[in-house]
Amino acid sequence: MNPLFIKELQAIVGEPYTLSDRESLAVYGYDATPELENRPGAVLLPGTADEIVRIMQLCHGAGVSVTPRGSGTNLSGGSISDSSGVVVQTSRLNRIIEVDEENLTATVEPGVITSALHRAVEARGLFYPPDPGSMNISTMGGNVAENSGGLRGLKYGVTANYVMGLETVLADGSLLRSGGKVVKDVAGYCLNPLLVSSEGTLGFFTGIIVKLIPKPQVKTTMLVHFSKMRQAALTVSAIIAAKIIPATLEFLDKVTIKCIEDYAHVGLPLDVDAVLLIEVDGHPVVVAEEAAGVETICRKHGCSFFQTAKDADEALKLAAARRIALSALARLKPTTILEDATVPRSCIATMLEVIQDAAKKHNVTIGTFGHAGDGNLHPTCLTDERDKDEISRAHKAFDEIFDAAISMGGTITGEHGVGLAKKKYLPRLVGESGIRVMRGIKHAFDPKGILNPGKIF
Amino acid sequence: MDYVKLINCMRCGMCLPTCPTYKETFLETASPRGRVALVRKIQEGELDQSERLLEYLSLCLDCQACATACPCGVNAGELVAEFTCERKAGNRMGFMEEMVLRKLLPHPDRLETAMIPMRLYQRMGLQKLVRTLGVLKMFPKPIGRMEGLLPDLPEKPLRRVIKEDMPARGETRGTVGFFLGCVMSLIFSDASHASINLLTALGYRVITPKNQVCCGAPNMLAGDKAGLKTAARKNVDIFSNLDVDFIVTDCGGCGAELKKYGHYLEDASSISFSNKVRDISQVLAMHADALKLLLKPLLLKVTFHDACHIAHSQGIRREPRDLIKLVPGLTYRELENADACCGSGGTYNIEKPEMADLILHRKLGTIRATGADVVVTGNPGCMLQLKKGLMDYLPQVEILHLTELLARSMDA
Repeated sequence: MNPLFIKELQAIVGEPYTLSDRESLAVYGYDATPELENRPGAVLLPGTADEIVRIMQLCHGAGVSVTPRGSGTNLSGGSISDSSGVVVQTSRLNRIIEVDEENLTATVEPGVITSALHRAVEARGLFYPPDPGSMNISTMGGNVAENSGGLRGLKYGVTANYVMGLETVLADGSLLRSGGKVVKDVAGYCLNPLLVSSEGTLGFFTGIIVKLIPKPQVKTTMLVHFSKMRQAALTVSAIIAAKIIPATLEFLDKVTIKCIEDYAHVGLPLDVDAVLLIEVDGHPVVVAEEAAGVETICRKHGCSFFQTAKDADEALKLAAARRIALSALARLKPTTILEDATVPRSCIATMLEVIQDAAKKHNVTIGTFGHAGDGNLHPTCLTDERDKDEISRAHKAFDEIFDAAISMGGTITGEHGVGLAKKKYLPRLVGESGIRVMRGIKHAFDPKGILNPGKIF
Repeated sequence: MDYVKLINCMRCGMCLPTCPTYKETFLETASPRGRVALVRKIQEGELDQSERLLEYLSLCLDCQACATACPCGVNAGELVAEFTCERKAGNRMGFMEEMVLRKLLPHPDRLETAMIPMRLYQRMGLQKLVRTLGVLKMFPKPIGRMEGLLPDLPEKPLRRVIKEDMPARGETRGTVGFFLGCVMSLIFSDASHASINLLTALGYRVITPKNQVCCGAPNMLAGDKAGLKTAARKNVDIFSNLDVDFIVTDCGGCGAELKKYGHYLEDASSISFSNKVRDISQVLAMHADALKLLLKPLLLKVTFHDACHIAHSQGIRREPRDLIKLVPGLTYRELENADACCGSGGTYNIEKPEMADLILHRKLGTIRATGADVVVTGNPGCMLQLKKGLMDYLPQVEILHLTELLARSMDA
């Protein structure tokens, strides 16, 4: 990148926060997406929203692209810049500005870590439900840009359901305020849902107002084993049909169970085909009733084992298998391709069969775990990036998995975003008209195309 | 270096929030994920071993918090240390390095003699004079740092005064070999004295061979694998000749190193040696019921700092807490981020004082928030670092080794 331009960037954010040395750029070329890497032209760590405005003005004038980045945990290549672009890391904008107990909102800067917000609001008896797997390091800006989900999606929804107001710096440096602390607001187009999941292509968030809810009083954790996958899938449907909405309804398949047992010996029997981790939360009376309902349904569907945690310690033990699922799988092979194909929950059993068939057909190992309750599965392919043939077979398997998800009325990505990794699948899902409308929206926000170019479509 | 270990990193970022230097800087180059990527890129030929790159890597404390957090079993700290070690192995040792690693550490007698001037310096009141006059400002900064970290030295190192064979008090439960850490014996001899007393009180015969040598951790840090292996061999041979149930140490750093001897030397005697190594807290916790009977009330508010080499390297967290809670009358306050590094990192606080201070201040802030009178820990490096930090910023708070607290309760 032109040294004079770097000097101008330095003048905005200061020298220690402007990185342009070879070594730094090399490690800002990746995020958590396997196989994708590209060195940016410079990296900036601004300390104020005003600095972001000035960065955008400067880059807009010079036609230099800007790629927002939180902690770089993106799973679709969304925070990977083009070679001539600037990566802007939001970590220093990490203040929780306010927790408003009267309006039940929290106002945060984009670099606030998701779990830090959890702790801050839970200390006041409030609750911010979205809990993506990376919540201990993911940033709120990134969560909003990707519309992150998590384990509690079934009952509590995803990030989009909690974003009430946004302060966004547009491509030319102008400020856009949308929504706010009001529950009802029909003044003009509803822009928040557009900005949520825009993957950094429409604007740069500098302020985020999220909705909070009262913290559930109690929680009951249950672990259930099934010797047939089909029984587990039917149980999931039956629980929902019985009008019980668990906070967590997680699933582990046979491959994952074997990996967990090999790695951690948590006592999962190997003749088990599927494990469900179920949590119901809320008012104590309701929780007791729902937990009893869940037990009846699980037993009716022939579960081989059912356990309810007696206390918080035991709940942690029961949840251990699910918690370490990704670790157990990831340790098996150097490269882990974690996908998030999502289907209507009634199609889960079929989807799991599709995944198993695709893995067998293309001779790759795929373990599947995930959020059975909301149909968001994580088929995880265990491979080795040095084995080009296996990698190409893995992609073929995923091609079939995504096609099947689309044909069932599902989606190619439930919570990771399109970014670079799923670009080629998007037209299959949204069609030509979908792409046309999205391009039109992109043009309205960013006519010069400098914000996170090359992503989504 | 094993390339597979490097590509096992899936770049998920789970290590970032646990890394002390990332927390202070938010820089990818100062994160475990970034360090693994840098080493990998050198191996792949994408980057050279530039001064800047080595400087980035040198910011790692090797506290191993990232290893605890990693879902795929990557140990970024160890990979950086291994890389540094391999790189240094090709270089000739500097004069001071050779002096310390080859001439002093392998010979406890010489090491102890070398400390005499320091002790005199303190006894004669010179330390006070030097500090008051600010003479240290005339010396290179690291010397000033070292001087500042040094607490009052004991009259004699423990190795000189302890009896080689201490019988069990009451019925004999078993025999243990006691490993004297250099810093424990030279500086914190009261704590090791307490450790041995607790063991004998619980019915262990304690054998402390006087010819044992430094565990070798400083050699590893300096890239001196040969020196490390020599030390390991000597210690294994000494302790293998004794018929002991466990080899006990009250130094977290030594414990972590001793447990790796089997891996370094790969023979039956060293593997058996490593399998017998226990942190003092592990042995004491086995006899919690008996110990409880010996303890008398201490009306103290106490918090506990997990030493990296105990919590992250050895996975020991529950035992020391359980032991502290045995003391009657004591109020236990859990420290926020108790297993975050204090910034000591062996000699890191001398080599990287600015970063070490930032990390220390974060730790002191959490200690202040507990309102504790006493911070307990299990590693001499942490004790030196925290002692200095507390003296400067929280003088009302005392730092004690776990066994010092328990001995105080026993003698109360």
